[in-house]
Order: sequence, then structure tokens, then C-alpha cells
Amino acid sequence: MTLLEIHEPGETPLPHAGEGSLAVGIDLGTTNSVVAIARDGTPAALHDETGRALVPSVVAYPEAGGVLVGDDARAVIASEPRNVVASIKRLMGRGAADLHAVAGVLPYEVEPGTGETDMVKLRIGGRARSPVEISAEILKALRARAEAALEKPVERAVITVPAYFDDAARTATRDAARVAGLEVLRLVNEPTAAALAYGLDKGSEGLYAVYDLGGGTFDFSLLRLEKGVFQVLATGGDTALGGDDFDRAIAERMLGERTRDGLADEVDETAVKAALALARHMKEQLSDRDLTSGRLEIAGVPSFHTLTRDEFEAMVGAYVARTLDISRNVLADAGMKATDIEGVVLVGGSTRVPLVRKKVAEMIGKPPLTDIDPDEVVALGAALQAEALTGGGDTLLLDVTPLSLGLETMGGIVEKIVPRNTPIPAQLAQDFTTYQDGQSAMAIHVVQGEREMVADCRSLARFELSGIPPMTAGAARIRVSFAVDADGLLTVSAEERTTGVAQRVEVKPSYGLSHEDMADMLYDGMDNAEVDMNLRLLTEARVEARRGILALEAALAKDGKLLSEEERAAIDEARARLETAMEGESRDEINAAAEALEALSKPFAERRMDRGIREALSGMSMGELENRVGE
Amino acid sequence: MDHFARLGLPAALDLDAATLDRAYFALQRQWHPDRFVSKPPAERARASGEAASVNEAYRTLKDPLSRAFYMAERAGVELPGDGKTIDDPDLLMEAMEAREALQDAGTPEAVDKLAAEARQDVQKALAGLASLFLANDRAAIRKALLRLRYLDKFAEEARARRMNIERSTA
Repeated sequence: MTLLEIHEPGETPLPHAGEGSLAVGIDLGTTNSVVAIARDGTPAALHDETGRALVPSVVAYPEAGGVLVGDDARAVIASEPRNVVASIKRLMGRGAADLHAVAGVLPYEVEPGTGETDMVKLRIGGRARSPVEISAEILKALRARAEAALEKPVERAVITVPAYFDDAARTATRDAARVAGLEVLRLVNEPTAAALAYGLDKGSEGLYAVYDLGGGTFDFSLLRLEKGVFQVLATGGDTALGGDDFDRAIAERMLGERTRDGLADEVDETAVKAALALARHMKEQLSDRDLTSGRLEIAGVPSFHTLTRDEFEAMVGAYVARTLDISRNVLADAGMKATDIEGVVLVGGSTRVPLVRKKVAEMIGKPPLTDIDPDEVVALGAALQAEALTGGGDTLLLDVTPLSLGLETMGGIVEKIVPRNTPIPAQLAQDFTTYQDGQSAMAIHVVQGEREMVADCRSLARFELSGIPPMTAGAARIRVSFAVDADGLLTVSAEERTTGVAQRVEVKPSYGLSHEDMADMLYDGMDNAEVDMNLRLLTEARVEARRGILALEAALAKDGKLLSEEERAAIDEARARLETAMEGESRDEINAAAEALEALSKPFAERRMDRGIREALSGMSMGELENRVGE
Repeated sequence: MDHFARLGLPAALDLDAATLDRAYFALQRQWHPDRFVSKPPAERARASGEAASVNEAYRTLKDPLSRAFYMAERAGVELPGDGKTIDDPDLLMEAMEAREALQDAGTPEAVDKLAAEARQDVQKALAGLASLFLANDRAAIRKALLRLRYLDKFAEEARARRMNIERSTA
């Protein structure tokens, strides 16, 4: 009997993933990502030097080599559009069969996976890269930011996923974390994390809804909050609906206007990306004004476009209406009415769109909760959960399966084993039987989705239970068991029960990654280990130098008058040289400049010490001094 | 283990929702995998299994209808599988008439009225079940449960119909 892949990504503890390292919360978003940490129940997003918490979920593989993430990656969109990937989350766990869902979204060469359940790859930066690999780069950058901010190794994380993410996408997310060297403590659903951030803050009780409209995904969840228990009652969503759709609608309109005005554009990636960037800017402008305009330049030919808020709302009205339809379905699933809701939490940058706020408020008859930054709220909740999981908190998160899980039966009909909104972890089983005399094997096809026909659902895994002893049709009792763990990941097993001989096959749906892919990526990780290590040392050198400068500043403020003008000038010059070196990439230069500054400020430090001693001694009588010395 | 016993509750049709929740939350506080993140794999696996069993018990007992079906199963009542044809002529007639009424309902209010009636019928049928269980009248339990299953389906259909009407008038 062949055992199909049995491995739990993340179950094998990573080397060094010890108790001493810090655990962070990560919101790995479609458009932006955020890393946060919680201490003593207070979460905070980690910022870069310029105070920004958001890391654009953009990865670039520039011609010059290396990998860029975030704003740095965005900066090369104009010059090297083909080497930049955005919104990769939309492709997490997607196979060839899902390509229609993203067709036209990404101007890359997409390579379908080799098998039915293999993930697609993008040809970028000279080779095929999987979404897992690209997401791992974002996670690595977040981890580096956290380590720089906290000045400690970060090896464990709670990572959030849309509640509606299917099994393939969850597995892919876990794999990406592994590639980035992070042990995933738990995958938490984004809306649940958002509720956690709000609930702990306010000690709220009652029925709450989370309306999460991000760049590429929509989720609506209903939770009951009661004495530290967060019980998800029902959830629903759409993995291909979000603010990116708004941008695309605006971009298409502008490109249409150019065509109408007789501009013969060749619409290539550069044009699309320029139009999308302008569209996003115009959309954001319309959040607090009624009219916006922009200049779009394609191949050196400029055009001017205006957009009113009314026009924009007419363009995106259908998308917003769809989110409300989904929300009403979720309410009905839980047997609740919109008026039962105590409050609705808004999550995701797209909830800044006034039309969205207005429609949500109309639906529940109350203004939505917006006091926590909708871009950060998910990461803050994840950080709280990371702290609770490592430090032991009293909060309890009870989540559910977002989609029904089932098996293919005769005629391509789905038999649901785990209905949607089942609390997890869950273990459910159903008995099946043979339909032919002497049948010795049974094909088992695991699917996910709400539709009745297999063809309309997502195929997760296929395996065969073989070695069934010869029996008449209908005599065998094949028990198929589904186990969904607390991360929402599925394991399926099957056994024949009448013979007493347990035939058992375990399947981990392994779309996501083939073994070879995973091996390749881990190997790549080793190739890049030197680069990573250098980056780490550089970061450490910068942190150390900054600490020195801060100490010097404090000393100068207090005792600056101990220095002559020339001495002061020399110190200021050395300090400026160090600051320049810190902006560069050379660790040696930083260290050399730091040493030079330290050498110059040494006499200053000695004088301060002398003075400190004099001050301590002044005012003491001779007798006191002698007593002291005698002590 | 029996679902009631697992939650430490008496096997009763009229289980109090708040009592059930309290018992469930207490057991999840004890067994939820989040409490075992840093424990050895064997302990984690055991906790996950316990938490799953508690979840299954809770899910089965929470909904009054599913609780009634579970109690019937414990009492040895044989029920046809879901989706099988109705073999009770009275019920068949009731179902056909109700479905026609639903088709004719053209406004959300009209649909709501039918759904409210169905809900009342569900409450009445559930209330009547308790004495049937006491008397262990399996034939009557079976008949009542099949009608409950139909009423539940009808409520679902009313919901779909209401959404269709709202969508077409929006």
C-alpha cells in the first residue's frame, strides 16, 4: 500500500525555534501586510524607520539581482514591470482549473501546474516561481522588520488568512511561512483576529459582525462575544472580490477614454500597471472629496481624466451589493437578523470607501465601528493571539469551517461530510459501501464547496482504498473520516471495518506544493542563507550605531558645554559620516564610522565621568568623605 | 460517549441554550488545541480529539431539531435518510399545498408570513415531542420528526424565495 504524503508543514519544529524567541502576529494581505507584537495584552504594529506600518505586498526580482519587497519593490514597477508581482495572495493554492478566477488580473506569464491539484507558477525574474515562494519573500521581509524593531530573533508567528480561504490556500500559507523560517503557531481567520482586537479592548459582549473588504478578498463573519470567548457562528465570503476590482474598473474606464479620444495605445503591462496605480490613487482621493482627476501617461502620450464620487459609486455599486448579499446569507445561516447585531467591525482598506460604509450602516441600522485602523486591526488581533498562545491567555477562540467538505459518490454527486460552519477542530465520519460483488478497491475523491455536483466544487485530493476482501456488493463497510484541525486544515482517512483488518490510508491534500517544489525552495533558502545572514549583520550594525548616536545626543544635551568648539565640530562631523554610512549597505563602513565617532567622543565621556564624580563629592564634608572611603 | 454525557447534561429535549453554552465553553477551555500549543505532539493530538468530540456533541445538541433527531436515534427510532421520498400521505398533502402558497407569495411580507407560520408549527411539533418520548411511542416520534424535517426544509426554501424577491426588486 502506498502511503500518500504524510507531513504536516510546521509540525516538525524548526531548528532554534525555542521558547526564548518572540512570537508576532502577521496579516499577510493581498495589497498590504503588517506585522505586530503584543505585550501584556496590548498590541502594537511594528513600523519601519519612517513610521509606516504597512508593507505593500509587492515583490520584485530586479534585473540587477536580489529580491525587493514592499515600497522598494513598488519603486521598480515603472522601470521593470515584468519583474514585479503584486496581489500574489490571489494565487495562493490556486491550480490550473482556477485560472479563470484571476484571468486578466495579472499581466504575467502564468504556467499551469503539472497536475490537477498543482499550484500555478509565474514566470518572473527569469524563472518560474510559485505563489508560496513569492509570499515567503514578503514574510521574510516582515520577519526582518520585526527583528530590527524588537532587536530579538523572531521565529514564531500567528498568521491570518481570510475565513473563506480554502484548504489549498491555507496549506500554501503555512508552506510559505516555513520557507521564510517561521513556525506557524496558528492560522487565524482575519475576521476573528479583528474581533479579538476590538473585543479585548472594550470587553464587549453580544453578537458582532466583521465586514472585511480587502484588496482581493471579502469576508463576512458573525461572532458571539461572551466573557473572553469568541465564538464564530457563521462565516462566508468571496476570495476574488475586493478593492482591486474597484481599481480595475477605474483603470478600464481611463483606458477606454483614451481609445475613445483616438489614442492608439498598445496596452502592455506598463500601461496596465500605470493605469492601475493612478486608479488606486484616484479611488483613495474620492474617500474624502467628491471629485478627483489624474494624468495618465502611456508611451509618452499623456491623457487627463476626471472622476466624480457619484460616477465611482455607480461603477462599483454591483461589487458592494454582492458583499451585502453574502452578508445576508451568513446572517441567515446563523439564524440571525441584521438588527440582532450589536456592532459591525470594518476591516480592510477598502472599507474606507464611503459607499461601503454607508451601505453597511444601512444594512445593520447602526454606524460601523472604525476606531481601530482598518489596515492594522487584523495584525493587532493576530499579535494578541500569538501572545495568548505563547504566554497562556484566558481568551478562547472558537472558529468554524468556512466551506463544506465532502466526497464524490456515484454519478458525480457530492456527499457532504463536514457542513460549513462546523466548529473546529472537527472529526466526522460516514460509512460507504461497495457497489459490485468482489470489489477490492474504492476510489475516494475529496471535494470542498457548497454545490451538489463534484464538477462545481473544488477537488482537494484523490486516493484509493485498496485491499478490500472479496464480499458481495453492499456488504463492506468503508468508514471515511474527515478531521479538520484548529488551523482549518483537513486530513482524510478511510478504513474497511467489517473484516476487522483495518485498512487505513491517510491523505493530506498536498496541492500547494509537490515535494520537489518544497525541496527546491528550501534549497534556494540555503543558497540565500549567506545573503540573509549579511542582511542580518547589516541590520544589527545599523541598530547598534543608532543606539550609540542616541546616547551621544543625550550626553551632548546635558553636558555639551564640556566640549570646545573644535571638539564639538569634530564630533558632529564624525556623527554625520556615521549617519551617511548607515544609509548605505556596507556593514564595514558603518562599523568603521561608529568606531571613529566613539574615539572622538572618548575624551568627552571621560570629562563627563570626572565631573560626575566631582558632583557626587561636592558638598560632602571631609569627615563624610573619609567615612565613605572607609566603608 | 453519549453527547449529553460528554457535556455533562441530562438527556432532555428541552435543553436550556445558556446551560448548554456554559458546559460547552468550559470543556473547550479545557481541551481547545490553543491551550496545548507548546505541549508534546501526543498530548496535542489527544486534546484535538477531545475538542472535536465536544464540538460534535455541541453541534448535535444545539439545534433543537438535530437534538430531537439524535434523541430519536438513541431511542431506536428508524428514520429514512435525508432526501428520501415522504411516505406519509397527510404530510405529502401539507407539503404540496405549502409549496404552492410559497410560489404564489410575491412580496417579502407574504413570504415572511408563511415562514412565521412554519416556525410556529415547528415549535408546536417540538413541544408535542416531549410526551411522545416519555411514552416511547416510536411510530409517533417517527411521524413527528419527518414532519419537522419537512418544515425545516420549507423554512430554508422560504429564505431562498425571499432573497430572490428582494434581489429582483432591488
